[in-house]
Amino acid sequence: MDFADPLMLARLQFAFTVSFHFIFPSFSIGLASYLAVLEGLWLKTGKPLYLDLFKYWLKIFAVAFAMGVVSGIVMSYQFGTNWAVFSDKAGPVIGPLMAYEVLTAFFLEAGFLGVMLFGMNRVGRKLHFVATLMVAAGTAVSAFWILSVNSWMQTPAGYELGANGQFLPGPSWAAVIFNPSFPYRLVHTVIAAYLTTAFAVGGVGAWHLLKDRDNAHARKMFSMAMWMAALVAPVQILAGDQHGLNTLEHQPVKIMAMEGHFESHPDGAPLYLFGLPNQREKRVDYAIAIPHLGSLILKHDPHAPMAGLDTVPAQDVPPVAVVFWSFRIMVGLGFAMLGVGLWSLLARWRGRLYRWPWLHRAALAMGPSGFVAVIAGWVTTEVGRQPFTVYGLLRTAASASPLQAPALAASLLAFVLVYFAVFGIGTWYILKLMSGSPHPGEKGVAATEEGPIRTAGIVPGPAQRVGEEDGQ
Amino acid sequence: MSIDLTIVWAFIIAIAVFAYVVMDGFDLGIGILFPALKVGEGRNRAMNSIAPVWDGNETWLVMGGGGLLAAFPLAYAIILPATYPLVIAMLLGLVFRGVAFEFRWRDPRHRAFWDLAFSGGSLVAALSQGMILGAILQGIEVSNRAYAGSWWDWLTPYTLLTGLGTVAGYALLGACWLVWKLEGEVQAKAYRLATRAGIATLVLMAAVSFYNLALFADYRARWLEMPNILFASQVPLLTAIIAFLLFYGLRKRWEMAPFLLALALFLLGMAGLGLTIWPNVVPPSVTIWDAAAPHRSQVFMLIGAVPILPLILAYTGWSYYVFRGKVGAEGYH
Repeated sequence: MDFADPLMLARLQFAFTVSFHFIFPSFSIGLASYLAVLEGLWLKTGKPLYLDLFKYWLKIFAVAFAMGVVSGIVMSYQFGTNWAVFSDKAGPVIGPLMAYEVLTAFFLEAGFLGVMLFGMNRVGRKLHFVATLMVAAGTAVSAFWILSVNSWMQTPAGYELGANGQFLPGPSWAAVIFNPSFPYRLVHTVIAAYLTTAFAVGGVGAWHLLKDRDNAHARKMFSMAMWMAALVAPVQILAGDQHGLNTLEHQPVKIMAMEGHFESHPDGAPLYLFGLPNQREKRVDYAIAIPHLGSLILKHDPHAPMAGLDTVPAQDVPPVAVVFWSFRIMVGLGFAMLGVGLWSLLARWRGRLYRWPWLHRAALAMGPSGFVAVIAGWVTTEVGRQPFTVYGLLRTAASASPLQAPALAASLLAFVLVYFAVFGIGTWYILKLMSGSPHPGEKGVAATEEGPIRTAGIVPGPAQRVGEEDGQ
Repeated sequence: MSIDLTIVWAFIIAIAVFAYVVMDGFDLGIGILFPALKVGEGRNRAMNSIAPVWDGNETWLVMGGGGLLAAFPLAYAIILPATYPLVIAMLLGLVFRGVAFEFRWRDPRHRAFWDLAFSGGSLVAALSQGMILGAILQGIEVSNRAYAGSWWDWLTPYTLLTGLGTVAGYALLGACWLVWKLEGEVQAKAYRLATRAGIATLVLMAAVSFYNLALFADYRARWLEMPNILFASQVPLLTAIIAFLLFYGLRKRWEMAPFLLALALFLLGMAGLGLTIWPNVVPPSVTIWDAAAPHRSQVFMLIGAVPILPLILAYTGWSYYVFRGKVGAEGYH
């Protein structure tokens, strides 16, 4: 890697800021929906347990959402700072979709967030529930638009080429928005966000069950999370398979890299379980392969011929090792999630869901798995579409801003330092909140104030604790 | 008669920028004034007065950025590389400012640090935004649809002046907001801060205005030649009247009016800037028509923006209404 190369620095910086950002929405999309479910159950059943759980997770949501917002604002400007030529050329097509994201999603979540966090006593239960639903809807609508943009860059459709080199919208915006890979990517990514949240919630529930298996709040969140794992993980594997077939149709080179298929296989391709892709020698070292399984999965025929990277000009081949391994990490975690989900069904059937410490330890270990899988999947799809920003049409090298290496290096360094410090501390605060045991009479965001030494029960929160001397 | 959608979009982007400047302006202003407020009650109340709304306010910045990319992609592609260090500084400042809202309550032992992050982040963001504005006004070198200037073009006495003017203006907005939303000792403090910030704002506004006349012959012609001067001269005239009312109101201890008058000052400032650069989006050579997205993009976005923007204003207004009234000792209960 050449660190004096402005292009490489621009790519590193963008990859860093977008990957960091992606962690937060993949959590907040699922968590916002979970909060809406909890509040809805509370309103329907009147059971205080659901309200306690709502307040418990609301505090965590508030911290995660704040980090998502500030890292997201960075993204809305990174397109212009790092990829000015791309912005100029693709702006007429993708810009309107991003504008719709702001109009229909960002304002919705931000506008109702204040009421969701601080407004329960001001607007009453019903309106507060509406605010929660609006925030949840906002996070989901945001995923719709931004994934449409990303999908258009992967499988561009519905455009015309302008005389000034710009991509211009064609007569149908539906063709742009619902481009070929979009439905698959949307389903796969939104399910991923739900699974990420399910395993984070399940991990927290498991942690508290390990400490106290009779904690009713921990039991409820663990049980809900394991239902999600058991029901949604299989759906996700199916959706991932369909997404893969779609990629094979529209971006076959990405599949070749994911599979490590350097050479063509006229009589059916193997599936590499393990191996070290060697791009220079164009082979997979130390390969452990199952013959014909690759063709069986991708073509549903063990003897179907599959073309390899030897059919692709060298300048169009993505970095194989990164894609090969990130894909395997994602798939491996997906099956591990399925495993935990099935285990939880077995435990439920045998009446041991809350009394099987090894299940709880496994769920705890899998707590962060969603985040890792989401980032691995993101790396697979983004590195796999290199060397293009608009697939097959605009090269990454021709998309960059006219910036010099020192400017990019300095800002990259600043981003790395600030993000690790700020978001590291934020993650620490989230873990601290998670380590607190969920209990009856849980306080909301506005009432979690002050350290543990204070008198319990009537400690005012950020919204209330004015007029009181500060612990300096 | 056909409506020129490029002009429509120029106005929508201008409205978004104005909404951002005044709404996040008072949030950032409170951050800038934070060190002047007493640790404890004063700071907590000030923070609480904006905690429920700051996120919605900041979203207008995303609207400005995203909207510019969508409606004027060429301008977005030129301005961001041209002001690269300022944009990065602004974004990092906003990171610190934004997380401080949550973090200072999560970690009372390090509250002093997060208060510093809140005020430092606000100051850096405000200064950067003002300097970006100055860097655009003073002209950006463009060739072949790309920024063609050098690294430090954005750093001039003029941009420093616009940066400081923005800091002072935000501080004025923030102080007037505190005057409106708080009471007692903190409010008294806010009155004093508002007067000082108001003086600084007006001095810097005047300085920037005179400097503008020296920048380009076009700018001079716009303001000083007949018959333009008859129209343009209304802006400084109205500014003088509003400024007089503002100081009078602060002395008479009006509570809500100073904030509205500060908004009016910003509106006039914005009108002045619009008059100065029209019809360019990147002076001196790129007009809004050069940079505009194609007709189809404009129409598609307008179909959404026309019904949705009023809706956004409605529920934003509702959210302000929910948290109306003084942020008193009893807080939001």
